[in-house]
Amino acid sequence: MSDQPILRIDDLHKKYQQTEVIKGISFDVQEKEVVVIIGPSGTGKSTLLRCINLLTRPDQGRIWLEDLEITAPHTNVDKVRQRIGMVFQEFNLFNHMTALQNVTIGMTKVLKMDREEAHKQGMWELERVGLVDRADHYPAQLSGGQKQRVAIARALGMNPHIMLFDEPTSALDPELIGEVLSVMQKLAREGMTMLVVSHEMGFAREVSNRIIFMESGYIVEQGSPNKLFYNPEFERTRSFLGKISELYGENQESKG
Amino acid sequence: MIETLATYLQRVGPDLIDGAVVTLQLTLVALALGVIMGLPAALARVYGGKWLRSLAIAYIELFRGTPLLVQLFVVYYGFPDLGLTFSRLTAAFITLGLNSGAYQAEYFRGAIQSVGSGQMIAARAVGMTLPQAIRYIILPQALRLALPAWSNEAISMVKYTSVVFLIAVPDLMGEAKILAGRYFNPIEIYLTVALVYIFLVAIATLIMRNVERRLQTPGLELEIERH
Amino acid sequence: MEFLQDLWLLIQYLLAGTGVTLGVTVIALTTGFLVGVLLATGRVYGSPALSAFTAIYSLVIRAVPVIVVIFILYFVIARFVDLSPFLSGSIALGIASSAYQSEVFRGAIISVPQGQMLAARAVGMSRIAAIRYIILPQALRLAIPPWSNEAAIVLKDSSLVYVIGVAEILRRAEYVSARTLEPFLAFGAAALIYFLLTFLTNRGLDWLERRYRLLM
Repeated sequence: MSDQPILRIDDLHKKYQQTEVIKGISFDVQEKEVVVIIGPSGTGKSTLLRCINLLTRPDQGRIWLEDLEITAPHTNVDKVRQRIGMVFQEFNLFNHMTALQNVTIGMTKVLKMDREEAHKQGMWELERVGLVDRADHYPAQLSGGQKQRVAIARALGMNPHIMLFDEPTSALDPELIGEVLSVMQKLAREGMTMLVVSHEMGFAREVSNRIIFMESGYIVEQGSPNKLFYNPEFERTRSFLGKISELYGENQESKG
Repeated sequence: MIETLATYLQRVGPDLIDGAVVTLQLTLVALALGVIMGLPAALARVYGGKWLRSLAIAYIELFRGTPLLVQLFVVYYGFPDLGLTFSRLTAAFITLGLNSGAYQAEYFRGAIQSVGSGQMIAARAVGMTLPQAIRYIILPQALRLALPAWSNEAISMVKYTSVVFLIAVPDLMGEAKILAGRYFNPIEIYLTVALVYIFLVAIATLIMRNVERRLQTPGLELEIERH
Repeated sequence: MEFLQDLWLLIQYLLAGTGVTLGVTVIALTTGFLVGVLLATGRVYGSPALSAFTAIYSLVIRAVPVIVVIFILYFVIARFVDLSPFLSGSIALGIASSAYQSEVFRGAIISVPQGQMLAARAVGMSRIAAIRYIILPQALRLAIPPWSNEAAIVLKDSSLVYVIGVAEILRRAEYVSARTLEPFLAFGAAALIYFLLTFLTNRGLDWLERRYRLLM
């Protein structure tokens, strides 16, 4: 395990129209760390993730992926994205392709793997998320939880150094959330570096190494789950977690 | 003079069939040229830079904003003035193709824009370049979404080709005009021709319905206004 | 200098054709509108026989090229009535358009929520009154966008009556081309005029749509 963080963010700023949604964010993510970002909606959490894989360009600030500064002017952005896996709230599966094809398209067209190799890898990733028997199904034929798991397999198929999750369970019916969270938990146990934006307090408490509480474009507080849940430094943190835990996490057994 | 259906058909049949063959040729070539012009125009319009987009818009607005017949005359009668002479058939192909291309460009554009933006984002997130994303993710979906509107255009093309008889192209209408002049029975001839067109349109409809059914993918249906 | 004078005269001559073109368009659209609304109403609310008849009428006419419809109707009308080519051509174009317009209105009538008819009957209106005062006013407003499409098409199809000798823009352009031996200029100018007409019509209809848009 190296000393260099996988991800380093320094003084990030981003404006939409006239409003600044990210007001100077800095933090690191170490290898194999699972970091969960929590906070009220609309505080720039999704925007932050999209800045990391440059789907959105930050106005100010720098981002490093391992030893490469990805915000530098001449970076090959497409190559950078090969090393970052992203899972979206709305899944965004490619509708005209089967589950397996969704996973292998990146392998064949971007990583230039040959088709048999990609096929094998693809099936392996689908097995990892528990969907081998749905390989030939189209997204329209899958449930929400299954779609999201295919999306995770698609991101994993690129062999990323870090996985970004943007509210992965927010668009799912309650009974389907569990299957996605357990895949994520499994990934964490296998040592994947993960940065997750989520409301799922159970997951945050049980699986994460560090929680970052963001509000109004700032980081209010960050620390281990124990610290934030039982001994937060700021009143704001305490009241937010108290409210959210009532709604989402306190009364639920950790889903596994 | 009473004439049986059989003798009437013997008289006019062969020429009308010749004409129908030309009509079909015109239809197919116009559609093909339309795709060749229309798809790049749509892509230019959605993904192009300022100049490319303006060029595409100019082409589309020009050919959709003027009558097909006028375009035909400009190409066949007007261009020789500038040094470009075309045969009747070539002028017909070119005009029909350019005209169809402009309309097809709008259908393709609508379809491309209907493919959710999440698809492009996901494609880029996996590391694809813009051309790759367009080619492997956007277009396959857009073409399927455009199919109903494109079907309509294909079926209607059979009818649109009829104006070329005005530059003496021997299509179905062209033959009809000659026959009407020869036998002095315009109403009968044009009614017959109408029936032939109905028949051709019916065939075209059957073919396109078949194509639509075969290309159906679960999850890629779109409510497009059909007129 | 003489060339320019000639050109100016010819431009004026061409522009005069605009009036004819607009005349043809207006008559055709009006005819198509009246017939089309009746057909659509008959199709949605009529007896099975009426409904079938209007469906077949619409299907058959739409399967035939507009110019063939114009030809047939022109010759048929000419046999019975002594009308100018302008009038018979315009009416023929109108009949052709009525089939397409009936589809537009049919779609619009169907889009009016079913609750509207229920509410109208509940208040005691007869079926006909409900159609006339509740359904159609809404349907017509819903129909404005697709109808605008058809209007633009009819404007362009008005060039087809050139064939039966109506002195609209295209026929005049042909005359100009023959006189000046400048076909590109003549037909190009015609194209430009049509383009402007289409552009202005679209703008006008956009305004209409915005003004009368029905928010559901």
